[in-house]
Amino acid sequence: MTQTWHVTYEIFRKKGDQSTHYDRFEMKVDPDEYVLDGIERIWAFHDRSLVFSHACHHSTCGACGMVVNGVEKLTCITPIRSVTKDGGVIRVQPMRNFPVISDLSVDMTVFYQRMESVGHQPVVSVGFEDSKGKLDSEDDLLRLSDCIECGLCISACPIALTTPAYLGPAVLAGAQQSGDLNPCVLELVDSENGAWRCHSAYECTEVCPSHVDPAWRIMDLRKKLVARRIKKFFGVK
Amino acid sequence: MAEHPQKPANLIKWFDPRNKSLGSWAFILNRITGLGLTLYLFLHLIMLGQLARGPEAYDGFIALVKNPIFLVGELLVIAAAFIHGLNGIRIGITSFGIAGGKQKQLFIGLMTVAVIAIVYFAIRMFTH
Ligand code: HEM
Ligand code: SF4
Ligand code: FES
Repeated sequence: MTQTWHVTYEIFRKKGDQSTHYDRFEMKVDPDEYVLDGIERIWAFHDRSLVFSHACHHSTCGACGMVVNGVEKLTCITPIRSVTKDGGVIRVQPMRNFPVISDLSVDMTVFYQRMESVGHQPVVSVGFEDSKGKLDSEDDLLRLSDCIECGLCISACPIALTTPAYLGPAVLAGAQQSGDLNPCVLELVDSENGAWRCHSAYECTEVCPSHVDPAWRIMDLRKKLVARRIKKFFGVK
Repeated sequence: MAEHPQKPANLIKWFDPRNKSLGSWAFILNRITGLGLTLYLFLHLIMLGQLARGPEAYDGFIALVKNPIFLVGELLVIAAAFIHGLNGIRIGITSFGIAGGKQKQLFIGLMTVAVIAIVYFAIRMFTH
């Protein structure tokens, strides 16, 4: 049986140079609906000027990242039940650390460009396992890689909060994942605004909806960078 | 094009622990204790500077710092040193890919050690 909850959506609004504010919408929802469903209904029935981004509705496109009651969430897979209670409030803000285009939509251009420049592979080999657990290295099946480029990790990072120059968790994780540390990638990641800027707050791993574990990947990348430097020092190729 | 939201005012937001996970609390704690220890280092050097002004000035200063308020201050320095030092070891090892998946357990473990050490020093300082 479906339940009905009364919740208040408090939505961050920003249009052009106008000052920012929150609009409140009293909504009847099923707590097992997702936060994005409510936002869509607000757009459909209450305010057609509300701007927000989404596409796939099933945690694949990475477009629907927002800050929900203070925490980064992929809104298309975040049940209302998990962020509030009957009679409660759902405060929705755009992701932090990105320029806001309008309302809940942010400009992720620079982020996507950085993902590309570190060689992040959006599609990877499946690594087919047979019934004895053996990996077939000849296998040519492909799958989407874990990182869906949603940007939630960058929004949650306290260091990305202080400078847009910091590449940020997903980008460093992308470099680690690609494994190809060519001179161009090295210049980006083995630098002040690359892997060495991280201060180990682990918020990225905390909010990542896709098991990328970016914090672990940043640390692993550092290990590789240090190994390279040591080898270079001793003249090992 | 929309503006980047990062502004100098955000420097204060580093210290906002609301809705944050344990890793951020550790980061904030490390930064506060690190800055606290640096401040103490300066105070300490000023105190040592008293030595150069002869035995009377120094003895006068020592009498002043026997005051309980200074004892509490000293305990804060000891606490900061244990918290920062032990947490620093955690950051150091996890930063190079060792025990990264266990950073929370490491933090809780090392902070337990810190609390025990701080309580031990507190008892010693206030019962002597
Ligand atoms: C037991 C010895 C110590 C260890 C193992 C240690 C370790 C560390 C580490 C790993 C960091 C980097 C944290 C990060 O990446 O965010 C750090 C930062 C820092 N430490 Fe220490 N430290 C020690 C003693 C001290 C002392 C004695 C002082 C002051 C006199 C101090 C002041 C600072 C400051 C100001 C920072 C910068 C904080 C920040 O940027 O967040 N540390 N320490
Ligand atoms: S690492 Fe995780 S949180 Fe960051 S962009 Fe990729 S999927 Fe999103
Ligand atoms: S709408 Fe595609 S990930 Fe949420």
